Amino acid sequence: MLKFPIYLDHNATTPCDPRVVEAMIPYFTNSFGNAASRNHPFGWQAEEAVDYAREQVAKLIGADPKEIIFTSGATEADNLAIKGVFEMYASKGNHIITCNIEHKAVLDTCKHIEKEGGEVTYLKVNPEGLIDMKELEAAIKPTTILIAIMYANNEIGTVMPMKEISALAKKKGILVFSDATQAVGKIPVDVNKDGIDLMAFTAHKMYGPKGVGALYVRRKNPRVKVTAQMDGGGHERGMRSGTLNVPGIVGFGKACEICMNEMEEETKKISALRDKLETELMKIEEAYINGSKQHRLPHVTNISFKYVEGEGLLMGFNKDIAVSSGSACTSASLEPSYVLKALGLGDDLAHSSLRFGLGRFTTEDQIDYTIEAVTKTVNKLREMSPLWEMYKEGIDMNNIEWAHH
Amino acid sequence: MAYSDKVIDHYQNPKNVGTLDKSKQNVGTGLVGAPECGDVMRLQIEVDENGLIKDAKFKTFGCGSAIASSSLATEWLKGRTVDEAIKIDNMEIVEELHLPPVKIHCSVLAEDAIKAAVNDYRKKNGLPELKFEESVVH
Repeated sequence: MLKFPIYLDHNATTPCDPRVVEAMIPYFTNSFGNAASRNHPFGWQAEEAVDYAREQVAKLIGADPKEIIFTSGATEADNLAIKGVFEMYASKGNHIITCNIEHKAVLDTCKHIEKEGGEVTYLKVNPEGLIDMKELEAAIKPTTILIAIMYANNEIGTVMPMKEISALAKKKGILVFSDATQAVGKIPVDVNKDGIDLMAFTAHKMYGPKGVGALYVRRKNPRVKVTAQMDGGGHERGMRSGTLNVPGIVGFGKACEICMNEMEEETKKISALRDKLETELMKIEEAYINGSKQHRLPHVTNISFKYVEGEGLLMGFNKDIAVSSGSACTSASLEPSYVLKALGLGDDLAHSSLRFGLGRFTTEDQIDYTIEAVTKTVNKLREMSPLWEMYKEGIDMNNIEWAHH
Repeated sequence: MAYSDKVIDHYQNPKNVGTLDKSKQNVGTGLVGAPECGDVMRLQIEVDENGLIKDAKFKTFGCGSAIASSSLATEWLKGRTVDEAIKIDNMEIVEELHLPPVKIHCSVLAEDAIKAAVNDYRKKNGLPELKFEESVVH
C-alpha cells in the first residue's frame, strides 16, 4: 500500500533512521550529562558517548577521531572552515578560490571574507556542472590560501574531481576545504585518499538528526588550524565552544555507522530506482537532465520539462509527492536557481526544473506513482501552455519581443 | 505556501483553456510576460457586432496563481463589453483568488493581458490603441 505524501526531497533533508532515534533517546533523559563535566558519572557517561560517536563519524570519512569538530550543522562548519582559515593564515595570504555553484553557506561566507579585505575567485562551471582544472590552476596566486570546492552539488548532484583538485593544491601548498554535505554517507568519501584538509558535513542529510554537523580538520600533513568563530569554554580543541549536543552527536555517530555498513547495498538499490525514474521521465518530449550524468550522486536527478513552469508543475502533485523546483516562484527571491543558470541554462529551462532526491526508504511503488503523476501533469500543463503551442507550430520564440517585467 | 481553494480549483479545472483564430478581425490577442520571468499569458477575446465579448480563451505558462488569474479573467470577460473589460483591476483578481503578496504580479499580468487583447482588437478594427499607465511593478 502506498502511503502519501511520498518524500522525494532527500537532498533537502532525510528522515531519522529509527535506529538513530533509538540510540539517541537515553541521552535526553537518563544520560543527560554535560560531556564537559569531568567530575561525576553523568559527565563521564556523556563524554564516553561523544567519544564513541566521534569514532563512528571519523571512520566513515577515513579520519582520526581527533580531527572531528562537532558543530551545529554544515552551515556552521562552512563558516568555521572559511573564516577560520582566512584569519589563521592571514600572514600567508588572503586569496580564496571557490566556484559559483557552491551552497549559499559557502558563497555568502566568501562574500563576507571579501568585505573583510579578502580576495575571492569564483570559478565558473561547465554545462555539466564541473569546474575546469586549467581554470583552477590559472586562478592560483602566491596569496592563495584556500581552495573551497564542494564535494557534490545539492541541486544537480554533480560530484567534483576532488582528487585532482587536492593533488594540484598540494603541489602549490594550498589548503583544500570541501563542503561534502551531500556526499558523505551517500558515496565513499575518504579525506586521505581525496586529499582534503577541511571538510563540512551534517547529520540530517544522512538519516541523522537536524542541528548537528561536523568540520573535519586535518591534524597531520599538514597540521591545519582554524581560528574559532565563537568565544566560550574552549570545547572541541578550542575551535568550537559551546556545550556539546550529546543526543544529537550520538545520533550523528549512529547515522554514520549505518551509512558505512549499508552504503554499498543501498546505493545499488537507490540508483536503480533513480535510473528507472529518470529513464521514464526522459520519455517525455523536450525533457532535459541538468548536470553531469557520469559524475553524479546515485540518488538524485534534476530534470527540466521545457515549456512548463516548475511551480505550476509542482502544484499538480505536491499534495502527494514532495520534490523541489529550481523555479523562481518556489523561493522568496523570484530569481530562478543560480546553480542551473551557472550551467548555462536559459532562465526558461531553469524555471522548468524539478529535483528528485531519492532515499533509503524510497520504494519502487513510489517511483511508479511519481512517473505517472509527473508525466500526466506535464502533459496537462503543456496543453495549457502558450509556449508549447508555439513550439509545436514551429515558432521561434527567440524572435518574439517579450515584455520583460 | 498554501494556495487558496479558489486557486486550486482554477488550476485543477481551468476555465476556457484554448485558442481562438487570431486572424479573425473580431478576435483580439494579448501575449504578455516572458519565458525568462517564469510566466507568459496569452489571452484572447472574440467580440460580437455589438461590442460584447462572446468568447474568451487563455493559455498560460506559469505557476498555479498565474493559471488561476488568467482562468478567472476569461470567466469575467465573457458577456462584458470591450469597454467594460479594460476596467477589470488586478486587485479584484487578488481579492477573488486570495493571492498572497508574492503572487500579486500574476494578477497584474492578467490585467495586462486583458488590456493587450483589447488593444489588439481595437487596432484590427481601426480604433486608436488605448494608453495605459504602467501597472507592472516587479
